[in-house]
Amino acid sequence: MTDLGFDSVTAVLAIPIAAAGLLALLPGYRLSARLNVLASFLTLLAALSLFVMERPAPGSMLLVDDLNIVFIVLTTFVGFTTSIFSASYIAHELETGRLTPDYLRFYHAMYQIMMFGMNLAFVSNNIGLIWVAVELATLTTVMMVGIYRTHEALEAAWKYFILGSVGIALALFGTILVYMAARPVIGEGQNGMVWTLLVEHAAQLDPALLNVAFVFLLLGYGTKVGLAPLHAWLPDAHAEGPTPISAVLSGLLLNVALYAVLRFKILLAANPEAIAVGPLMMTMGLASLVFAAFMLYRRRDIKRMFAYSSIEHMGIIVFAFGMGGPLANFAGLLHMTMHSLTKSAIFYAVGHIAQVKGTQKIAEIRGLTETHPALGWALVIGVAAIAGLPPFGIFMSEFLLVSTTFARAPLLAVVLVAGLLIGFGALFLHVIEVSFGEPRGGTAPVEASIVPMYAHLALVLAAGLFLPDPMVVWFRHVALLLG
Amino acid sequence: MQDLSFDIAHLLAGSLVLVSFMILYQVRLYALLNIYALHAGVLAMSVAWQASIQDAPHLYVTAAIALIFKAIVIPVALHRIIQKLGIHRHIETVLGIGPTMLAGMGLVALSMVVMLRVTPDVDPLAREDLAFALSVLLLGLLVMVTRRNAVGQVVGFLSLENGLILAATGARGMPLVVEISVAFSILIAFIVVGVFLFRIRERFDTVDIAALDEFRGERR
Repeated sequence: MTDLGFDSVTAVLAIPIAAAGLLALLPGYRLSARLNVLASFLTLLAALSLFVMERPAPGSMLLVDDLNIVFIVLTTFVGFTTSIFSASYIAHELETGRLTPDYLRFYHAMYQIMMFGMNLAFVSNNIGLIWVAVELATLTTVMMVGIYRTHEALEAAWKYFILGSVGIALALFGTILVYMAARPVIGEGQNGMVWTLLVEHAAQLDPALLNVAFVFLLLGYGTKVGLAPLHAWLPDAHAEGPTPISAVLSGLLLNVALYAVLRFKILLAANPEAIAVGPLMMTMGLASLVFAAFMLYRRRDIKRMFAYSSIEHMGIIVFAFGMGGPLANFAGLLHMTMHSLTKSAIFYAVGHIAQVKGTQKIAEIRGLTETHPALGWALVIGVAAIAGLPPFGIFMSEFLLVSTTFARAPLLAVVLVAGLLIGFGALFLHVIEVSFGEPRGGTAPVEASIVPMYAHLALVLAAGLFLPDPMVVWFRHVALLLG
Repeated sequence: MQDLSFDIAHLLAGSLVLVSFMILYQVRLYALLNIYALHAGVLAMSVAWQASIQDAPHLYVTAAIALIFKAIVIPVALHRIIQKLGIHRHIETVLGIGPTMLAGMGLVALSMVVMLRVTPDVDPLAREDLAFALSVLLLGLLVMVTRRNAVGQVVGFLSLENGLILAATGARGMPLVVEISVAFSILIAFIVVGVFLFRIRERFDTVDIAALDEFRGERR
């Protein structure tokens, strides 16, 4: 059984990499779009099999535990639905000539390498390997953000590249410091970077070094999470890249960086003398939330607006994990899952909307529910969900978070609620503008893949109405693990 | 003998900080590239020295990468790109030289204070190495912040990354150092190719970041 368990970990990594090689070689875009879907589906199956397989003992490189299974399954699921959306999105881009078949070959191969990078970051048990994997995932998204090669896309890619590289450099410095702290205790060599061993010996590690290391790690990976004031790359990258990439950036890549931060948070929590990292994360989270909520008002580009909404939600999630404790961690996990599902659904809708209207400017899109009911209502429902209206799942997680915050730090709860409400107002202001009223912009029918977005929204709705018991038990367990 | 090896390691790491300062005040593009080549050369020597005193032959690979790739290939490639794209030879800085140098000194002092204070138990060689590495890193960041020119920023990033390699090799027995330096070399290659492939010159008629800003999605 142990062998089998290890096999599904290998499969999660091997399928994307094999698919990437194949996609790089195949010319026809129809075939490769299908192959992309198929590979993503197989990866999802492999990820699901992690639930039932017996877990391999943590090795020096790979690790499977309750925490990362949640992340892997979420990532592969959204990766799969995005590949379906991508197939129809890309077909339209080819027709309009914004992309050529050669670029598509590159695009599909990059998509799978990105999935590989993210999965590798999740299953790695080595803090050096996590770093390499995050770098890989970042590089591939940089390439895809710049794929349209317009002024804006190139600038966005360049900005993302430079800021992301600085972030990754800071994270590496933090990683080296953690190793320096581990060396006297665990000994030289490979073992000093194995996460499970680090946590085991955390109490003996030098707390001062760990503290400094965490600051670098939080700043470094925090750049990737999109925490204010390190978020500058995020709106540009979301707005200018192909929309499937905006969906995975928002829904998945931000989570990868967050996951790295969480791993180090667990490490510091295991050392009684190290600083409590919670307040640091809470401060950055709240700052991002409030900042992004205000920024939402003056947006003129619809994808950019939802990018700011992602900053807002990552702020909420980081705040929740920073507060810690079973309830807040549970809320954070739930919120992360719901945000990934909802935000990617919104980007699916927005992608098709931008295609039919031929613009991303909010002012030039009107009356969507009349001209394209399926897309328009998906957007309205998605925004209702993301803004935290009941009965959607995000309402549940936000409610949980707000009530725990009120119990533990009432003053912060006021700021939290204010941020949520401000963001809520801005989102509704804009979505009502684009969805109702006199239609403006293109009215041509579109071959949209409606299924992925409504499937996501249905899941979010279902989670809001009824959370299945096994999921609650699982999340509770992970919440305890996070401390 | 122990003392001598310590002194030499110290000297090399210290020179790296010194060369970082030279990068900081250089405003002519070609001269900047030459200084960067020097920076990478000093790094290569430092890494090679660490390899010999730590008895860690794999670090020679990192040293070789630093020497061949960073000290020769990258500067030559950037040199050609500058010629081909016809970029202005003079770099505009945000701050004057004086304030920039003062800020740089402040950063070095900061990194000394932070690193020496939190690492009293670490062996002295690694400790000083870390402090120097953090200085190089922060100086690299400062270069990136104070340059308006894309190539200038790239050189800032490259020197920042040299600081990281210095830190990684100073940490005795750290695994994955070679892998990380290879990963970084790939990243750098991407950046350099990026300047060229993104054809910042062709698309924007300048590699000046301020001009890029005009093309932002949301001009107001």
